[in-house]
Amino acid sequence: MNAHQPSGKYSAGVKEYRETYWEPNYTPKDSDILACFKITPQAGVPREEAAAAVAAESSTGTWTTVWTDLLTDLEYYKGRAYAIEDVPGDDESYYAFIAYPMGLFEEGSVVNVFTSLVGNVFGFKAVRALRLEDVRFPLWFVATCDGPPHGIQVERDKLDKYGRPFLGCTIKPKLGLSAKNYGRAVYEALRGGLDFTKDDENVNSQPFMRWRDRFEFCQEAIEKAEAETGERKGHYLNVTAPNIEEMYKRAEFAKELGSPIIMSDYLTLGWAAQASLSRWCRDNGMLLHVHRAMHGVIDRHPKHGINFRVLAKMLRLLGGDHLHSGTVVGKLEGDRAATLGWIDLMRDKFVAEDRSRGIFFDQDWGQMPGVLPVASGGIHVWHMPALVNIFGDDACLQFGGGTLGHPWGNAAGAAANRVAVEACVKARNEGRELEKEGKDILTAAAKHSPELKIAMETWKEIKFEFDTVDKLDVAHR
Amino acid sequence: MSDVHDYSSRLSDPNSRKMGTFSYLPPLTPEELRKQVEYIVAKGWNPAIEHTEPENASSNYWYMWKLPMFGETDVDAIFQEVELCKTANPDNHVRLVGYDNFKQTQGTSMVVHRAEIKA
Repeated sequence: MNAHQPSGKYSAGVKEYRETYWEPNYTPKDSDILACFKITPQAGVPREEAAAAVAAESSTGTWTTVWTDLLTDLEYYKGRAYAIEDVPGDDESYYAFIAYPMGLFEEGSVVNVFTSLVGNVFGFKAVRALRLEDVRFPLWFVATCDGPPHGIQVERDKLDKYGRPFLGCTIKPKLGLSAKNYGRAVYEALRGGLDFTKDDENVNSQPFMRWRDRFEFCQEAIEKAEAETGERKGHYLNVTAPNIEEMYKRAEFAKELGSPIIMSDYLTLGWAAQASLSRWCRDNGMLLHVHRAMHGVIDRHPKHGINFRVLAKMLRLLGGDHLHSGTVVGKLEGDRAATLGWIDLMRDKFVAEDRSRGIFFDQDWGQMPGVLPVASGGIHVWHMPALVNIFGDDACLQFGGGTLGHPWGNAAGAAANRVAVEACVKARNEGRELEKEGKDILTAAAKHSPELKIAMETWKEIKFEFDTVDKLDVAHR
Repeated sequence: MSDVHDYSSRLSDPNSRKMGTFSYLPPLTPEELRKQVEYIVAKGWNPAIEHTEPENASSNYWYMWKLPMFGETDVDAIFQEVELCKTANPDNHVRLVGYDNFKQTQGTSMVVHRAEIKA
């Protein structure tokens, strides 16, 4: 820093950031938190200066030299911009890589890390737009976070589901049903063969259906469907609430009823509340489904905000057993390669740098359990072969309209999806190529399932072919 | 409404009970089961056989048939054990498990023989 003159004397004034925060010869340490930002600078600001400014403003720096700089070891505490790279196919923006020393952060605090990394700097004048593309969390930081309350393997053991993706369904209409009618929709979907049904993100405790009534009716639906099918079931009871005390009250009641799983909206609930709820779930043997409502505000613009892969890593650290990941094939945004990248970041123990999937750093998760990716939104039986191929077994495939919209009702819709997923898994295990032979596989399965046959006739023509807004950065657009 | 079919699942009908992966498909033929055994072997999982009286099927712990067949890659040998278990326990459900010792869970599990249920 500029306060550190060779003489050790204090010299007031404004210096260029790059004199202090741009270190192209720096070799990142294993203990550093690393970040890749996509910077779109103001006209006339040199690359190194903008990168150094981001490093400074997201770590120790302020706009002027202060005498108290000389009371600490700024050489240790500063963030360092250590590399700059072109963004493929983009002349105005570039990637800046910044290393932050471990001493800058509170152990186990995702809140603290992001308050530094994206706290002030996104409103900084020297940059026109700024996007956090990826963060490498060192093992010391991973190990100080709680992580998922249970993880994928424990969930499989608790629910006795092996060798196939989980199946779920969001109850619709998302708002306006009475608790008893809502429970009816849950019961029908579960008795037809789904593993889970789900509250929608904004189902909390509105006047038309208070949370306590919903919890009671849904639990009766689960218990009857379990007795009828002999299989274990659950409904994600959304405990997202106006305040933490209310959140815990709802979670405790869900436990009292015997529900196996609850749900939260982590971005609107707040990160600290999410971490607390996750810890409560581990202490109380409760699975935790996590919805990402509001993520599009943060992650959709290709030049500003935070890429979803960072939000996904954040959730794994904060704690949650399920997280919505996008479907690749349904009605919502989702680039295939990028989605494959972040579902690996949710599930795997180690994920290597892979620019073709938008992964800028190796990420070692140590022994932290994985989060189950949830594919939900605008999908139906015809998507099943692609979904099984893309996601594999460790995912939850959720068909809302694709269950409830079946001409014979929810139970038939659920059975159609269950037959389809089992037929696809069986075919995959036999070595068949799902995306190529999908139609034959489903058609053969439908011979034994009138429910699947009708589902295939109902949804045959539906396609979603809008172009993705947030694409991976590649040279040819 | 005449086009709408009823969903015929009943608490009172024990045949409405399902049993995990592949229980919504017709029973696997011997050839189909063989391919699933080949899959378990190809994944490097350890095959194991379990069985239970139908009334106890909801328990996590079915009876182990002998021990898991650690390292067994001979599809015929695995197939034969399934037959031995079925013969020795004619009124039981029988399932085939593939233990994944790296993920520390079951890679797959499927009921390969469903006992006759007298209603």
